[in-house]
Amino acid sequence: MCIGKFYVHTEVSKLKIKVKEGKNMKKLFFGVLTALALAAGGTFAGTLDDVKARGNLLCGVSTGAPGFATVDDSGKDVGFDVDYCRALAAAIFGDPMAVKFVGLTSAVRFTALAAGEVDILARNTTWTYSRDTDLKQTFLGVNYYDGQGFMVKKELGVKSTTELDGATVCIQVGTTTELNLADYFKENGMSYEPVPTADNAESQQQYLAGACDTYTTDASALHGTRVNLENPDDHLVLPEIISKEPLGPLVRHGDDNWADIGRWVLNALVIAEEKGITKANIDSWKDTKDAEIHRLLGTGDDDILAMVGLPKNAMYNAIKAGGNYGEIFENNLGATSGINIERGVNASWTKGGILYSPPFR
Amino acid sequence: MTKIAFVRKKEIPPSPPPITEVGLIGWLRQNLFSSWLNSILTVLSVYFIVIMLWDFIPWAYGGHWNTKSLRECLDLDPDVACFSVLAARWKQLLFGLYPAEEYWRPTLTFIFLLLAIVPILFPKFFRFFWFSIIYPGLAVWLLWGGSVWSISIVYIGLTLGVLFFLTLIRRYLKNYMIAAILAFLFTAVFFLFISNWLVGLLNAILPINLPFVESLKMGGFTLSLIVGVTGIVASFPIGILLALGRQSNLPVIKMICVGFIEFIRGVPLITLLFVASVLLNYFLPPGTNFDIVLRVVIMVTLFSAAYMAEVIRGGLAGLPLGQHEASASLGLTYWQSQRLIIMPQALKISIPGIVNTFIGLFKDTTLVSIISLRDPVGLASTIRADQKWNGIYWELYVAIGLMFFIFCWGMSQYSQYLERKLKTDK
Repeated sequence: MCIGKFYVHTEVSKLKIKVKEGKNMKKLFFGVLTALALAAGGTFAGTLDDVKARGNLLCGVSTGAPGFATVDDSGKDVGFDVDYCRALAAAIFGDPMAVKFVGLTSAVRFTALAAGEVDILARNTTWTYSRDTDLKQTFLGVNYYDGQGFMVKKELGVKSTTELDGATVCIQVGTTTELNLADYFKENGMSYEPVPTADNAESQQQYLAGACDTYTTDASALHGTRVNLENPDDHLVLPEIISKEPLGPLVRHGDDNWADIGRWVLNALVIAEEKGITKANIDSWKDTKDAEIHRLLGTGDDDILAMVGLPKNAMYNAIKAGGNYGEIFENNLGATSGINIERGVNASWTKGGILYSPPFR
Repeated sequence: MTKIAFVRKKEIPPSPPPITEVGLIGWLRQNLFSSWLNSILTVLSVYFIVIMLWDFIPWAYGGHWNTKSLRECLDLDPDVACFSVLAARWKQLLFGLYPAEEYWRPTLTFIFLLLAIVPILFPKFFRFFWFSIIYPGLAVWLLWGGSVWSISIVYIGLTLGVLFFLTLIRRYLKNYMIAAILAFLFTAVFFLFISNWLVGLLNAILPINLPFVESLKMGGFTLSLIVGVTGIVASFPIGILLALGRQSNLPVIKMICVGFIEFIRGVPLITLLFVASVLLNYFLPPGTNFDIVLRVVIMVTLFSAAYMAEVIRGGLAGLPLGQHEASASLGLTYWQSQRLIIMPQALKISIPGIVNTFIGLFKDTTLVSIISLRDPVGLASTIRADQKWNGIYWELYVAIGLMFFIFCWGMSQYSQYLERKLKTDK
């Protein structure tokens, strides 16, 4: 609070000078906005305390992204991002249900986080430089390495994106995928004709109606869509991925402790998979010789989780909530979910992927 | 020489009209084939209707209702509709994420809504108007829950204020202005200092509580109706006041009204919704929990009030100046002449425009899906994100479109009934 008020005062005094100097009103308006934003920002010092006082975690998820976040037929929140937030809630409260999911569209997600409507944003959001710096957010890591792909009908006989010269492409307007597409075709000296669409569902309809030869979006979405086409085997997701879309959870700048908690819950899930700790066998590690597992599950002597203000068995609870990273992946994106996405680069580094957590010590 | 002139005793019965002028053929000729241009248009229209129905009817009629997922539908018969999604999700489309065991509450609210608008729509039931007055509070309590007293207290406070005002006028004071100010102060004191204590007391004596349901859980047509109906009901009186204010002789009032109307009309609704959802959070002190549904309702109300004001101003402009002068010459005060002479006529002229604005407002509620509220259109994309229904498209939109059509068509039918009923110039 104090920090916030201090900022307001300094900003207001600066503003007075500006007005004296006869600067225009626009500056005044934006100055006030900044002052208020800073005032708001100043009060976010202890997110963990706020969350504990409130009794639940406010987690911003997508209003609907296949595999990542949605509600099932009974109205329960499900998805890859949802399970991450449940793990985080379990780490803090010991109860994976102590979380409220706030569905956010891409138009309002960052402002909702900045304004404090949610404590953490786990909304299949791509980690980029400007989002990290300019928007004053802290990305906690990558929970899914996505990338832009293409789907074609098999009868077209195309086996690779390099054969797509002159193709008509269904593309969602106003997305990074649109820019990536332009870059990729330019780089490879190919031409294409865009068919603009509003969202993935419309792209799919246009593609099926034959309005375009291929349609492009994040590969995870392409896989999910393909499975539910009339004859999935008539369609092919091309092997090339033309962009990097590392998705991850993020929090506001300014509360490093809170960021650490979110980051290490994610890491704990990855380490658990690496070590073979699953939801089912988590209680059978008491006698292991591996000291890192003892630290992780809180079964050893030292209580290193006290450093961030979590209970000793926080990570035990987090893993117990929905299983390790691999189990969460399998349930929401892998074979169990019906989306059938391969682990690919999202496998642990011990299995040929690039998921690699820093050591837990 | 008997020349008997023929004298007809009876009138010849009229011969039947030519077959081309009556019955089905006559109707067709007059309405569909009256000229060669109309004939061509008729044939073309019939052709297009037939080819649309040719595809639509088998698709809809043979639709699956009992499968567990889109995949199952496609494996059974990919050429017909997969209405199973509606069977699985119709409750969500109606109630959003409202807790299933509390579905009776929005349902009851809706039934009460129908009862509450009857006295407003049909004058012969006007004696039940008291129900329309208590309905807003009742609806808020049923939908959001909590203690019944924390909502009743608003009614109690306002009633006490009005009673205080009336007593002052009848017994002690002649000046309306001073009495109104005193009554306002009295009500303010009541809400600031007494109401909380009274709510606590009433809760202790007779606790009547419903489980609290947060706005995050509101969705589907329940949300559309909350936003739409509140917007419609609240924007009408505000619109009337703005229209009168715009014609006022008092420059300050006029300027405020013109400024408000022109500002709101100059800004797209979606911008106002973004202000409600995003920007307000920056302006309000941190930690304030200003309900998102309430914010949206306020913005939608202000938006349609500005349009309403202009529609009613159109009606006011359509009245001859003589009406104003006649009422003034009868010695009526400003408010008397507005209430008795001007408004009844101006509103009658504006009915089509007013209902137009209402229907537009109701359909505009779907815009809230962009700011993350789960109205039916927003829910459609949520439902599609479930892998079981990923790829379903037409079935959901057909169902949502049908629901909106029923409501909008109902409003339009009522407005036509009202126009017929109020038609006095013939």
